[in-house]
Amino acid sequence: MKDMMPNFNLVQPTDLASAISLLTDAGENGWAIAGGHDSLDWFKDRIKRPTTVVDLTGIDSLKGIRETADGGVEIGALTTLTEVENNPIIKEKFGLLSSAASRVASPQIRNKGTIGGNVSQDARCWYYRSGLDCYRAGGNTCYSDTPEGMNREHCLFGASRCVAVSPSDTASALVSLDASMVIQNSSGEKVVAATDFFIGPAIDIENMTILKPGDVLTAIRIPATWAGAEFYFEKVADRNSWDFPLVNIAAAIKMNGSTIEDIRITCGAVECVPKRLNVVEDIVRGSERNEDTANLGAGAAARGAVPLNYNHFKIPLMEGLVRKAIRG
Amino acid sequence: MAEKLLGNNFTPPDVRAKVTGASKYSEDVRVDGMCYVKMLGNPMPSSNVTIVDTSEALAMKGVLGILTENDVPPSPPPGYPILTNKPRQLGQPILAVAAETEAIAAEALEKIKVNYEAQPFSLDPLQSLYPGGPNALDEGNISGGRSIPLGVLKWTARDFAEAGETRLPMGEAPEEWSVGDVEAAFKDAAFIIDEPFVVASSSHQALEPRSTLSYWENGKCFVYGSSQSQSWMMPGLAAMLQIPVEDVVYIAEFCGGGFGAKASPYPTMAIPAYMSKKIGRPCMLRITRAEEYHIGGSRPGFQGQLKVGFDNKGKVTAIDCYIVQSGGPSNGSGDYTAAAEALALVYTPTNMRFRGVPVVTNKPMHISQRGPGQNQIACIMEPFMDRAAKQLGIDRIMIREINAPDHDVVFSDRESTVTSSYIRDALIMGSDKFKWKEKIALSGKRNGNKVIGIGVGQAYHSAGSNGFDGLVTIRPDGKLHIHSGVGNLGTYSYASASRIAAETLGCSWENTVIEHGDSRRGLPWVLAQFGSNTTFTTTRTNFAAANDAKQKLKEIAAMDLGGAADDYEVDNETVFLKSDPSKVMTFAQAATRAIELGGKYDGHEFPDELNAVTKAAMPLVAGLGLCGVAKDNMPKKGTVPALATGYAMIELDTETGKYEILEYTAFVDCGSVIHPQSLEQQVRGGGVMGMGMASTDRMVYDPQNGLCATVDLYHTKPLTILDIPSNLEVGAVNKPDPQSPAGVKGVGEPVMGCAAAAILSAIQDATGHSFNRTPVDPDMIVNAMAGRPQSFKPLQVNI
Repeated sequence: MKDMMPNFNLVQPTDLASAISLLTDAGENGWAIAGGHDSLDWFKDRIKRPTTVVDLTGIDSLKGIRETADGGVEIGALTTLTEVENNPIIKEKFGLLSSAASRVASPQIRNKGTIGGNVSQDARCWYYRSGLDCYRAGGNTCYSDTPEGMNREHCLFGASRCVAVSPSDTASALVSLDASMVIQNSSGEKVVAATDFFIGPAIDIENMTILKPGDVLTAIRIPATWAGAEFYFEKVADRNSWDFPLVNIAAAIKMNGSTIEDIRITCGAVECVPKRLNVVEDIVRGSERNEDTANLGAGAAARGAVPLNYNHFKIPLMEGLVRKAIRG
Repeated sequence: MAEKLLGNNFTPPDVRAKVTGASKYSEDVRVDGMCYVKMLGNPMPSSNVTIVDTSEALAMKGVLGILTENDVPPSPPPGYPILTNKPRQLGQPILAVAAETEAIAAEALEKIKVNYEAQPFSLDPLQSLYPGGPNALDEGNISGGRSIPLGVLKWTARDFAEAGETRLPMGEAPEEWSVGDVEAAFKDAAFIIDEPFVVASSSHQALEPRSTLSYWENGKCFVYGSSQSQSWMMPGLAAMLQIPVEDVVYIAEFCGGGFGAKASPYPTMAIPAYMSKKIGRPCMLRITRAEEYHIGGSRPGFQGQLKVGFDNKGKVTAIDCYIVQSGGPSNGSGDYTAAAEALALVYTPTNMRFRGVPVVTNKPMHISQRGPGQNQIACIMEPFMDRAAKQLGIDRIMIREINAPDHDVVFSDRESTVTSSYIRDALIMGSDKFKWKEKIALSGKRNGNKVIGIGVGQAYHSAGSNGFDGLVTIRPDGKLHIHSGVGNLGTYSYASASRIAAETLGCSWENTVIEHGDSRRGLPWVLAQFGSNTTFTTTRTNFAAANDAKQKLKEIAAMDLGGAADDYEVDNETVFLKSDPSKVMTFAQAATRAIELGGKYDGHEFPDELNAVTKAAMPLVAGLGLCGVAKDNMPKKGTVPALATGYAMIELDTETGKYEILEYTAFVDCGSVIHPQSLEQQVRGGGVMGMGMASTDRMVYDPQNGLCATVDLYHTKPLTILDIPSNLEVGAVNKPDPQSPAGVKGVGEPVMGCAAAAILSAIQDATGHSFNRTPVDPDMIVNAMAGRPQSFKPLQVNI
């Protein structure tokens, strides 16, 4: 409603060390900004009020896509989603990520939005984004998980006071590709698996990733493990553009003849983190890739789901997407 | 013979500025000394406010003043106040702060200490009608329609108990009419559908938020606003500002969409004017996107029960319709009664009963949106028609033809008539263009998990009025100036409807200038640019003014060249003696002569029957040239029906609930087509809006705390270019309406409703499921296809 940013100090470093130093000094009052599509909404709504905003877009070392020695690829965190979508190496080897990137937001947003921002974006729960004092905002209630809460877009799994979901399309693909995230801070560099990068409310209710003040996500590495596999990505949203997923699915499948030799399948927007469907993987691994196998896997996809008032449709939707992914 | 203008394409004069970005909307205007105003909105759905302390804000450097309800005239309920300490809606303006910058104003708002005493609130009309249910306003819970004053209405608990959750409770109806013997007709019906329905409230969500700049100069109040209308704004603005209409200067050259919500002056428009008066500075009130959702208006939602009886040939023999209309915290619109009239006209039931109640709620101001009432009911009735066709073994186009109104139709309790009706032609020609017979053969065809659905929809709107004023001037440079008071909401109809004046006067388009968008240009009184009326209404006013100018040209020629006025003809920018065309005066000569003659010829004298707004404009044009000014006194009898049909083919994924619109065709009855390109863009734009009505448009509210989830574009989800077919086919019957001098009717409203109905019809065709609701989201489809219950009750709203 406010649409007017409070004042802050904007710093535009051109090297990573300076950015880390600035963010470290600012601590809880610091904010790293890249494409700005998540950040600026928070600022203009006057809900998040950092005193120091560090604009990372001048740091060239965080941009670009490089093949790695093991046959994988490293993507700078500031690489735009359009570049990820159209990069020939990614398209050839990891088409799953290319497909996922192509469904993020709108073409215009993808031209500015970065893959680092896409995986680091905050929860899209409308109550939280309204500036209410919910658990995720440091308060002591959840407005969504109430007898009358409007929670169509919220989670089926992993509720722990907060019921927000992972809003990222590329995150599901990265988990299925066994990607890892490169994080740098004043102590140096650490590399963590994508599955460990995304965290749910039971671990940290105020953050959706392990990034702490002073941390900068610098790159995403995808190993050669799933290069050239068969992929399936589908996002179901109300609109075909500029919308967050109701559910998305990202599957990587290695075939041996007509048999599923190995599979990774991850579902987005059903839990606070991209939900790796290990059970489905176990069920279908070693089976023929056909309708029966797809139905078998789909039947197990939503086991354990605890729907809220308005989101039980996500159960058949998950099942349908898993069926489609396995069926191919 | 001068060039033929009507029916041919042209480039409206405001297009270039819009395309190049040179156009200045109200928010783009800057004047010397301008400061900024920001509003404090109510953070809950209903509260009683005490402004405790403003001193800290006022002490801030750069803060110029605070405006509260004490500084503005009151607007007792069910009026919508400019500012209030009793806000009855989320986001309703309580006070406003002026500051040197908007950033300072925003910061100052946070320093004002306000106590909010939360009040009971109502978001669901049925909840409010339940015994003991909350009233949205202190004075009551119903208001609106034809003549329903603000008051309290509660139904009995028995009304609700008897209905259960699968039928609309139907208690006392403050609005009721009937024709024929409805009960007897149902007894004789071969097929009856009797089901509850919901049409969601939805925001108008114009792309341009309604920012206003205002200042006072030489006793006049200058207002730069965002509005669909121009002259129509003047009396309302004058009343809000408590000044004579001649002291209002209103400038609104461009408008980034209104869809009904910017048709008339709106309360926030007065805030910068009163602030400017208080602090002595020009004030800009920039409205944010979220504020636009709160104060920008929304379409009234319906909860209803529709019972329709058919004979075995497919004729609708009986309709019994009950509509509970959801309004905002002010006087409700007449959507629900308009819906009933649409049923009565489009389906020509021989027997019909309508009952309705307009309920006020603590949601945004509900005002008419494109196809008010008619489009809502089309979304429900059209799928009913399909079901009847299937049950009775009749083609879905044919059942609509069977029930289509003719020119001599008499409908509703008012025994209304129409000026013309070519909807049967539209059905025949449109279904041919869509290749209905080929497409219907694909209905239900499956390709794996995808299934084809074919849909058809119709919609109607009353689209024309009469009795307003026209004004033209012919200047000494020989150019014709058409003074258009109608506004420019973006449809270009202000320009299309002006061309009849040029054609009547035999003036080339190159030598024609349209004066619009600024009351200082001398603009006549015409109806607001709403309800698709502009094309019909102002074609008549411009024709009347042109004929007045034509007569004066002849009289001047007769004075100077001899003979009688009737001996002269006007064409090719001259007036000449019919028997001897060498006796001729150019427009330039005649204009110069008119100024010399003065009096009625140059606008110093004018008919007393002109409206006060036109009279106030006359001193601005008097003496500029030859003046043609007249009230439209041409006869008009009956409603001017805009009628539209739409046809859709979708491919629906049964496993995800998503569907792709493969093809869409619209075919309309708009009388004669005066501007083909403009018609096409209206039909396409309305079609896309209708597709959104069918699939995404709604307002989501949390019933516990009254907060709204849909206050930005990514939550309200207007459809994008990637959600619609790349080619939207358009056609028109193109037969003249006899009561328009150009044969024209408007058509902007029903082109939305027919598209929405066609998509819903196609979804029903593909899924075999009747949702009886808008919008139909993927979640509803996926639940239906999986055989699961929906998450909501049949009459639940705000989801």
